Amino acid sequence: MSEHLSRQFDAELDGIRASLTRMGGMVEEQVRSALTAFAEGDRDLIELVIARDAGVDEMEIAIDTACMHVIARRQPTAIDLRMVMSAGKVVTDLERIGDEAKKIARATRKILERGSHGPTQILEVRHTGELAATMLNRVLDAFVRLDIETAADIVRCDREIDQHFRAIVRQLITYMMEDPRTISTALDIVFIAKSVERIGDHCKNVAEDIVYIAKGRDVRHMGLDGLKREIAAE
Amino acid sequence: MLHPPVTNLPIKAEVRNFNFFYGNFHALKNVNLPLCEKKVTAMIGPSGCGKSTLLRSFNRMHDLYPGNRYEGAIVLHPDQTNLLDPRVDPIEVRMRLSMVFQKPNPFPKSIYENVAYGLRVRGIKKRSILDDKVEEALTSAALWHEVKHRLKDMAFALSGGQQQRMCIARALATAPEILLFDEPTSALDPIATGSIEELINELKHQITILIVTHNMQQAARVSDFTAYMYLGELIEFGNTNEIFIKPRDKRTEDYITGRFG
Repeated sequence: MSEHLSRQFDAELDGIRASLTRMGGMVEEQVRSALTAFAEGDRDLIELVIARDAGVDEMEIAIDTACMHVIARRQPTAIDLRMVMSAGKVVTDLERIGDEAKKIARATRKILERGSHGPTQILEVRHTGELAATMLNRVLDAFVRLDIETAADIVRCDREIDQHFRAIVRQLITYMMEDPRTISTALDIVFIAKSVERIGDHCKNVAEDIVYIAKGRDVRHMGLDGLKREIAAE
Repeated sequence: MLHPPVTNLPIKAEVRNFNFFYGNFHALKNVNLPLCEKKVTAMIGPSGCGKSTLLRSFNRMHDLYPGNRYEGAIVLHPDQTNLLDPRVDPIEVRMRLSMVFQKPNPFPKSIYENVAYGLRVRGIKKRSILDDKVEEALTSAALWHEVKHRLKDMAFALSGGQQQRMCIARALATAPEILLFDEPTSALDPIATGSIEELINELKHQITILIVTHNMQQAARVSDFTAYMYLGELIEFGNTNEIFIKPRDKRTEDYITGRFG
């Protein structure tokens, strides 16, 4: 997209994009730290993740405010309007991803406090978590470049994560049936896996926003095939 | 131009293959534009794009100047009258389409006589009819309550915003089918502008409106359909929401997002 007559307007929009990228980086770091804390039982890291969430919340408010200012002062239209409105939604998704990281840290803390009853490590959780963190990284990159092909791939990845989540739950049910003493910990791991699954959902939301900004087409609730059709249209 | 979206709304008027020349200058190039009945259509575009030229063609204002030439038709529905047909009397055209200009242009008469002017031209003399129509027009223009006790005052005594609403009342008094607005608020402050925009919203329940405006946000606020013109061409016409959220033409997008130039 070429530049506006008003350079200040360009600078404001670039500022929003840059802040989103920065917030995305923070959130990705939170997710990776929470997963490492879970995998390695690192108590210090757990506390760090919980403490750093406040920084994510601050970013959310700052970006929301910046979007509001652009709307109030510039009355953005067309692609600018779609970008600013979507930025306001992306920021919410990012903040929720941050919350999920915090939930993973808290559930890990409970597991550690409880001691060694049950399956404290499920390899698949770590693996799926990595997948979600990578998705987050890719979707933010795609957001800046308005890359709709990657956005479509993110939606596909989310389905993959959903499948992993179901597999993890099945595996944990087996544990719980074999030995009821594992139930508390197994449930905490289900919650962690659920958080990972939610991170995938939030990334998918961002991917749909990318398509909306780039193409002006609302692809929510359409499924992967519908989304691909919309991307291919025109 | 991209094809206009298919609409099931009744059409009040249609510009068909319209070309306009100021001497040798080709000011409007093969313009096609529908006006939906009882809807507001806004024309936007940079200075010199031809939007005012097109608006003025509707009431044959260009006939007043030698050297102007046009081709094509502006057809009024349902009777299919071509407004541009030389056999059609421009005075008759102006009875069916009223125009409101950029700056309020009250006649040096009383408020009452300003509004009654068109009716008197039509030969209406009966005081009771004139009284009723003047009240009706001033009420439609949201001015009646402000002026009902001072109808005999000179129109110049009104504020700018009131003068403009009086001009709208004068335009409405003859019960036209289409109201043409040429930058109706560019000489007004934001409050007066707001009241004119509110009025446009009210009026569209009874009349078809075509408005030219430099103020894009105004077009976005008041219109149902928007036409973007550039260098004498109609680049894009569509539902206002679509034009301002997802225009189809890159040139429209550049203009409305301020990337023009």
